[in-house]
Amino acid sequence: MNYLEISHIKKSFGDLEVLKDISLTVKKGEVLAIIGPSGSGKSTLLRCATLLETMDCGSLSYLGEEAVKAGEGGKSIYASPSELKKIRRNFGLVFQNFNLFPHYSVLKNIIDAPIRVQKRKKEEAIKEARELLAKMGLSDKESYYPFQLSGGQQQRVSIARALALHPNVLFFDEPTSALDPELTGEILKVIKDLAAEHMTMVIVTHEMNFARNVADHIIFMDQGVIAEQGTPEELFGSDNPRMKEFLGKFNEV
Amino acid sequence: MNFSTMLSQLGNGMVTTITIFGLTLLFSLPLGLGITFLRMSKNGVLRNIAKFYISVMRGTPLMLQLMVVYFGPYYLFGIPISRSYRYIAVIIGFVLNYAAYFAEIYRSGIESMPAGQYEAAQLLGYNKVQTFFLIILPQVIKRILPSVTNEVITLVKDTSLAFVISVSEMFTVAKAIASSQTSMMPYVAAGIFYYVFNFLVATIMEYIEKKLNYYR
Repeated sequence: MNYLEISHIKKSFGDLEVLKDISLTVKKGEVLAIIGPSGSGKSTLLRCATLLETMDCGSLSYLGEEAVKAGEGGKSIYASPSELKKIRRNFGLVFQNFNLFPHYSVLKNIIDAPIRVQKRKKEEAIKEARELLAKMGLSDKESYYPFQLSGGQQQRVSIARALALHPNVLFFDEPTSALDPELTGEILKVIKDLAAEHMTMVIVTHEMNFARNVADHIIFMDQGVIAEQGTPEELFGSDNPRMKEFLGKFNEV
Repeated sequence: MNFSTMLSQLGNGMVTTITIFGLTLLFSLPLGLGITFLRMSKNGVLRNIAKFYISVMRGTPLMLQLMVVYFGPYYLFGIPISRSYRYIAVIIGFVLNYAAYFAEIYRSGIESMPAGQYEAAQLLGYNKVQTFFLIILPQVIKRILPSVTNEVITLVKDTSLAFVISVSEMFTVAKAIASSQTSMMPYVAAGIFYYVFNFLVATIMEYIEKKLNYYR
């Protein structure tokens, strides 16, 4: 089954067409990496898929449940708020700048939504949160507040927070862009481990080597369209001139 | 009049002053939040009503507002004014005025919150009410505390304006004793009282600020 299915998404901000007819599918256990230059629409695509942004045209579904249908002329029709609320449980998002709740301790950041939103038992939520923290190598940090942690630690907490809700699909919006190279490595390792556990993930990233190593499928976006896509081998061996230019710039630096 | 009689009369005035202060805060802080919601509403009509309300409350003297609230019912509708209404009028006047100021303080705090906090809450499945009261408001309170302290200190001193409708709070009493006894003493006592009151307010607010310093 397709865990995520996006068809013919279009999105404009005023006169600026940011997404021009994008379609993609992600199967269970698949890791999709989205790469491309700044302003190519990667983040907007992610924000449309996570319902943070409303798209103009196209459809969107998770595990066959339609969050957005394409109506007449492809215009997007959103499901009712109660249906969307249900569908939202299918996915989680890890932000570029973490967006942890600063007034909550690390533990509370992780357990609050499971308890309040999913009505899980407190003891059970705490137990699971501690397991997640152990997995993230942060067992000793549960009573810390976000400002007391490094960027890499904060990002690992935010990954644990997203995982605690048991999403079917986990999105990452440039999860390492706010981190220095050393801390970047920490996060990439965590994501790699998740991939080894067959977590279904969609990752917008500028880390080319990482995308190459971890992704099953890579999409290269440029100016609002999918300029090239395929397996890492296909993509990095591609003759597409725009893709070559983009990768070339990376290699020069 | 001896010193202790003067003090006991001033003491009664102090109780009234503290009551006005306490009741004004009790009602204007939540009312201000309500006005902020209207001021930030998506509905243009509600937003403009709130904007107009705030602009009138901030744009006219509090003394005048107190007189309008007190005398208004009689002049406008011919309703006779009872003696006890005086105290109610003072509270209504102060609450309406301070709510407008607090509304703007809340708004400044709410608008300073990064969008990411709302987005994270949405992704985690919190509804709008939970998002506001659990995630946004606690952080807003921390951010606006210094401005609120300013306003609260002003309120302590503003309570003296109640004298215009002859509510016998501290300042009214001091004025009466001073003119009957031709003495400066009541004013000195009043001055010390306001200063000590505000010193306490500042100390308490500083304590709360420190308490909220457990996160950044």
